[in-house]
Amino acid sequence: MTLSTASNFADPDAAYRLIVEAHRGLSEAQSADLDAALVLVLANHIGDLEVLGEALALGRRRTVDAEQQQQQQQQQQITE
Amino acid sequence: MAQQSKAQFGYRRHPDQDRAGAIAAEHPVVVVGAGPVGLSLAIDLAQRGQAVVLLDDADRIGDGSRAICFSKRSLEVWDRLGVARRMVDKGVVWKVGKVFLGRDMLYQFDLLPEDGHKMPAFINLQQYYAESYLVDRVQELPAIDLRWRNKVTGLKQHNDHAELAVETPDGPYRLRAQYVVACDGARSALRGMVGAEFAGEVFEDQFLIADVKMTAEFPTERWFWFDPPFHSGQSALLHRQPDDVWRIDLQLGPDADPAVERLPENVRPRIERMLGHGDFDFEWISLYKFQCRRMARFVHERVIFAGDSAHQVSPFGARGANSGLEDGENLAWKLAMMLRGEAPLALLESYQLERGPAADENIRASTRSTDFIAPHSSQERRLRSAVLRLAAEAEFAQRMVNSGRLSVPAVYDTPLSSADVDVWNAGPRPGASMPDAPLVRGNGEPVYLTEAFASAGGGFVLLESANGEALEPPAGIGRIRIGADAPLHDNAGLFAARYDATPGSSYLLRPDGYVAARFRHPTPAAIEQAVARASGRGWEHR
Repeated sequence: MTLSTASNFADPDAAYRLIVEAHRGLSEAQSADLDAALVLVLANHIGDLEVLGEALALGRRRTVDAEQQQQQQQQQQITE
Repeated sequence: MAQQSKAQFGYRRHPDQDRAGAIAAEHPVVVVGAGPVGLSLAIDLAQRGQAVVLLDDADRIGDGSRAICFSKRSLEVWDRLGVARRMVDKGVVWKVGKVFLGRDMLYQFDLLPEDGHKMPAFINLQQYYAESYLVDRVQELPAIDLRWRNKVTGLKQHNDHAELAVETPDGPYRLRAQYVVACDGARSALRGMVGAEFAGEVFEDQFLIADVKMTAEFPTERWFWFDPPFHSGQSALLHRQPDDVWRIDLQLGPDADPAVERLPENVRPRIERMLGHGDFDFEWISLYKFQCRRMARFVHERVIFAGDSAHQVSPFGARGANSGLEDGENLAWKLAMMLRGEAPLALLESYQLERGPAADENIRASTRSTDFIAPHSSQERRLRSAVLRLAAEAEFAQRMVNSGRLSVPAVYDTPLSSADVDVWNAGPRPGASMPDAPLVRGNGEPVYLTEAFASAGGGFVLLESANGEALEPPAGIGRIRIGADAPLHDNAGLFAARYDATPGSSYLLRPDGYVAARFRHPTPAAIEQAVARASGRGWEHR
């Protein structure tokens, strides 16, 4: 199995909304706790190490790695 | 504190020390270190007809309880070595573990939910008892020459032997050995002498082990707490030993001051908070930091490493002493065959081909446990906390809770195995250890399969589910025949179930009780080929 990145929800806005609303009114720490639990529950539902690995890589590529790249580019622009 | 030295042995001068001049006495095998691994290996070699010199730098057994959990596999090895009965009789038999979060039990596990095994899942026994029973057994075996207060101080490797410099109360002498086995523990001097690295991961969290003597009514189970009310934010373990001694293991975190924390007056209030009373005495207190590391190679020319000298793990999972004993059982028959000239060097190489990955697996399991017990970052702690909270409701999260994955025998992907050619729906695959099963002799007397194996000659054994005429196995191969018209009967049907043993099926067992090959319809030629392969012939190493 490979990670599906095509849209799977008939109503993607509703799915996004459901997650956002779950975090409404929570502190940063509470939100982080909720996310941690959610990740574990969903990872188990997927139940496939390869897919989980691809999901982690995609998440990382567009967040941590992308930010680092951006910072490096800014640094370069400054020194040029 | 209780007196720690449990048994003292005398130094005796040996004629080897009186040799003048250049010629050192020569022995086939010298084992260095009379701990559980060295003692067991020496007994195994002696039972295989091999003379052994066993050196130890101390003259006593002692220094606290140390290793306490001995696995089913270790007990099966010890049974073959003639010492398991005393261990099990003295030990505390257990198989159930419970894991708590705060005050609440999250789940419990059973390490041996089925009957029909001679040995229990685990016993708890202070290491000094195990060692003292092993020493008693050694003293019954004239082939073992055990020399106390013999400290190895030097090593010279030659093409066909190694020479050891040995220091004694009477001064130094030298010994030659075709092979030296270093069972000299985590701080192995021989490891330094061969110049090997011992690389791996150091864990910063500190743990306090207190063995306390008290009368208590806790059940004989392994209890592990995350964030208990009596030791907030940390973990705790409670486990019973013989003689009303209880192992308590408290996590102290990375910042604790070991010099302060190990003082009995500082340990006492911690234990009182846990137990709710002060009615106990200390047996042993120890403060630990854990390391997970191994040597790259376990065989260095004429010196072979086994147990903690070769690899070290955290204690969560009881994978230290037990993996060392598995090293010993793996090495003993190979070394004995090599010394009899019945096997090529490849057989010795297979020791590290098999035990190297086993060490990796033990390190992986114990590192994962230690990481779960002592998270590295606040996000790791958050994920763990999510697992623990979900575990109250969701089975998947219970399975992620990791308070130690308890030692199970390794399964080898090894060139000694012959690949399956038939279809098997169950049973140990080639490279796995033999499961036990209850059998009955012709006269109605019950006997376990592991016992039948132990008395089948000590070499390779053909385990047959009888079907008509007996197959004539190659010379020197022991045999166990099971069936209605065979010497042993499988009345309970558990042998058939555990080995997927349809009539005519046969397993070829190695001298250590691991499966070398299995056949639905064996032929003498196929068996002979499998024996050759499992003896190190017919495949190239490196």
